[in-house]
Amino acid sequence: MSFLELSGVAKHYGPVAALAGVDLSVASGSRTAIVGPSGCGKTTLLRLIAGFEAPDRGKIVLDGEVLANGGAAVPAHRRGIGVVAQDGALFPHLTIADNIGFGLARNADKRAEQIVELAYIVGLDKAILRRRPHELSGGQQQRVALARAMAMKPRLMLLDEPFSALDTGLRASMRKAVAELLELAGITTILVTHDQAEALSFASQVAVMRDGLFSQVGTPRELYFQPKDRMVAEFLGDAIILPARIADGFATSPLGRIAVDTAERRDVARIMLRPEQVILKRTSREGMSGTPDMLFGEVTESEFAGSMCTIAVRLLNSPDPPDAAAIGNTPLILRKPGIDAPALGEIVRLTVSGKAHVLA
Amino acid sequence: MQAAVDLTRSGLPAAGRARQRRSASWILLAAALISLLALLPLAFIVWIAVQTGWETVSALIFRARVGDLLINTIMLVALAVPISIVLSVALAWLTERSDLPGARLWAWLSVAPLAIPAFVHSYAWISLVPGLHGLWAGVLVSVIAYFPFLYLPISAALRRLDPALEDAAAALGLGPWRVFARVVLPQLRLAICGGSLLVGLHLLAEYGLYVFIRFDTFTTAIVDQFQSTFNGPAANMLAAVLVTCCFVLLGLEVLVRGEERYARVGSGAARQQQRASLGRATLPCLALPAIAALLSLGVPFVTIGRWLIAGGAEVWRLDEIGLALGQTLVLALAGALLATIAAMPMAWISIRAPGPLQRLLEGCNYIVGSLPGVVIALALVTITVRIAMPLYQTLFTILFAYALMFLPRALVSLRASIAQAPVELERAASSLGRAPLKALWSTTIRLSAPGAAAGMAMVALGIMNELTATQMLAPNGTRTLAMAFWSYSGEIDYASAAPYAFIMVAMSLPLTWLLYVQSKRMAGR
Repeated sequence: MSFLELSGVAKHYGPVAALAGVDLSVASGSRTAIVGPSGCGKTTLLRLIAGFEAPDRGKIVLDGEVLANGGAAVPAHRRGIGVVAQDGALFPHLTIADNIGFGLARNADKRAEQIVELAYIVGLDKAILRRRPHELSGGQQQRVALARAMAMKPRLMLLDEPFSALDTGLRASMRKAVAELLELAGITTILVTHDQAEALSFASQVAVMRDGLFSQVGTPRELYFQPKDRMVAEFLGDAIILPARIADGFATSPLGRIAVDTAERRDVARIMLRPEQVILKRTSREGMSGTPDMLFGEVTESEFAGSMCTIAVRLLNSPDPPDAAAIGNTPLILRKPGIDAPALGEIVRLTVSGKAHVLA
Repeated sequence: MQAAVDLTRSGLPAAGRARQRRSASWILLAAALISLLALLPLAFIVWIAVQTGWETVSALIFRARVGDLLINTIMLVALAVPISIVLSVALAWLTERSDLPGARLWAWLSVAPLAIPAFVHSYAWISLVPGLHGLWAGVLVSVIAYFPFLYLPISAALRRLDPALEDAAAALGLGPWRVFARVVLPQLRLAICGGSLLVGLHLLAEYGLYVFIRFDTFTTAIVDQFQSTFNGPAANMLAAVLVTCCFVLLGLEVLVRGEERYARVGSGAARQQQRASLGRATLPCLALPAIAALLSLGVPFVTIGRWLIAGGAEVWRLDEIGLALGQTLVLALAGALLATIAAMPMAWISIRAPGPLQRLLEGCNYIVGSLPGVVIALALVTITVRIAMPLYQTLFTILFAYALMFLPRALVSLRASIAQAPVELERAASSLGRAPLKALWSTTIRLSAPGAAAGMAMVALGIMNELTATQMLAPNGTRTLAMAFWSYSGEIDYASAAPYAFIMVAMSLPLTWLLYVQSKRMAGR
């Protein structure tokens, strides 16, 4: 049973189509991430759900209530949807306590207690409540914005790149804390981000967006290992894409015979591997002889960067290239742990773990 | 002093360093001297009060006449300022945040009334409705003449607001009206306070406007008193009460403004603001800027036009007009130059060597600049008559008065442009062998020239439309445009006054346009 349902939602700004008809279904209590390059329309989508703007076409239904249908839309203040903006959007003229309690009635029972409790929930010290927004760090401002939105007990929480202004270290911990918090409160959440790692780690459902349309919607695992096309594959991480001939659940490719995730038969296809599926084993030129069905390569570049090392491997033999010219001399780019990465000029044996994914 | 520390870091030889420090202290000395001179009028009011003796002073201050004037003045400020605030906020919101047709035109029309001197507004109204007089007439014409001082900062502040805050408030369950009251309005507080102070000070200082409609304020009473008893203690004591009123306004503004910060929190560029759709309310909403423009621009233009047509060719006494125009231009340019030069040391110090002393000096200049022209003029009359009779009613004294009155205007523009000239250029010029003052001249002063020119233009505009101080201080035989206008309209010869009004408006319009463009640019558009 879906909690939020978008169907055919479209929005134009003059001649530019920001959203070209989007469908999405979000389950109650789940976390969804909408990810895409900047300018893909993801923030517009969020603003339509929040009610800051009305769609040109399409329908938005939340918990059985029609929020927008064509041009008609329920205004933002009657939707009961929480929003945390990119930089928090705290009111600079109010104290932190008044910011958190902004949506609560001013003479509400136990307003002060509620504010203190909300501050506690998001992990803010009580002493901070008397301060002003500009006296807080970026992470604290985000927590205040979250507490302010949670005070309204929203049915749905929208997060608009809330972590992007934070330092790398803080970003990961904030993301984890927010995810746990919202899970605990049972609030359905939609996160908009351009950071694929953030989307994959935060959400149970990820939607990849491009040019105002969803390219693919699914679980993080599905999207990462079974992307529909090259764009989704490369947006979510490094990908090795190879030409292949597919039959009987195996692909014949420049990397040899690799198990694939489909039983169909195709003479011309493209398969995708994540670089971490390619396993390297040190050997030597002597070790290559007499093993014609094995695959060997030479390390042509090695760039050390601490924990990880980026290396380029040029294939020395390809047992069964369907189209040798297609791969040519393009080396494979792999990221391996820095501690035991093969050095420049070393000969390695390549094997593939797991199945390759056949791109549509 | 900060500059001296900074300069040592640029690695000059010891002698050069000492020279640098000496030049910085020369500039500081100049700034201090100018500030002391600026305090002269205030000091004289106190001195006169002391000399007059407490009994006479209390007899002159605590009397029914002063009470009436005080009530008039308070009522005027208490009515005209809030009405101007409401009108300006409404106009600013319509022109900046709604899809009102022709918003840019209406925005310009809301600033344009500044090009018309307040006494010309009053002249237009009195010749249209001859019976107009009293408090409500005063409120009407005051609002019409001075609301742009509020409209300008409020519309600039509205443009700068981060729309994300309004979105956040809507998401927290606030309807549009409550969002405006609880999020937008509080953020306009600084602009409203600053604009209200400016309007209030102008109301206290204005003379011509209220004479036309026979409404007595302290300023008109002081001029009356001056005309009947010259610089007697009665006039001076009225001036003392008026100065107190100014200080009360300044203090009120500080109190209400508070020390809150309204800047945008967070990083990155703010989202483009959305304009609210007026829908069916468009036509009624159009009525507000249309009526405001009709009252503040339509009435003066129609009246001046009517008198010009009625007067025909014979009101254009070209020799007389030419002379007045020439004298006005000489006074305006000389005064503007003097004010700008006087503002330079202060502006330089406030950017390059800020500190508590500098803030104190700068505060002195702003306080004196906020005093009504009549107070400064009266003080200078008293000083010259009692101490330096040869200087009474000379070019020197009137220019000195202009410099005191309009120094803040020059200071504001100069400061802004010096702030944009990097100190590194000054240092580079020093390191290339220029002596300190030459280095200053060839870098910072050159770069701040456009800002200085804009400041001079604003000062010149002020001098051109100045009436009271010019009448009291200018050398015998001086007849500026404003004075000629005033004497003709005083003789109810409205037709002969019309060409002067026309010239003053025509010369002010380009400068008002400059002000409008500057306010747009400051808001980042």
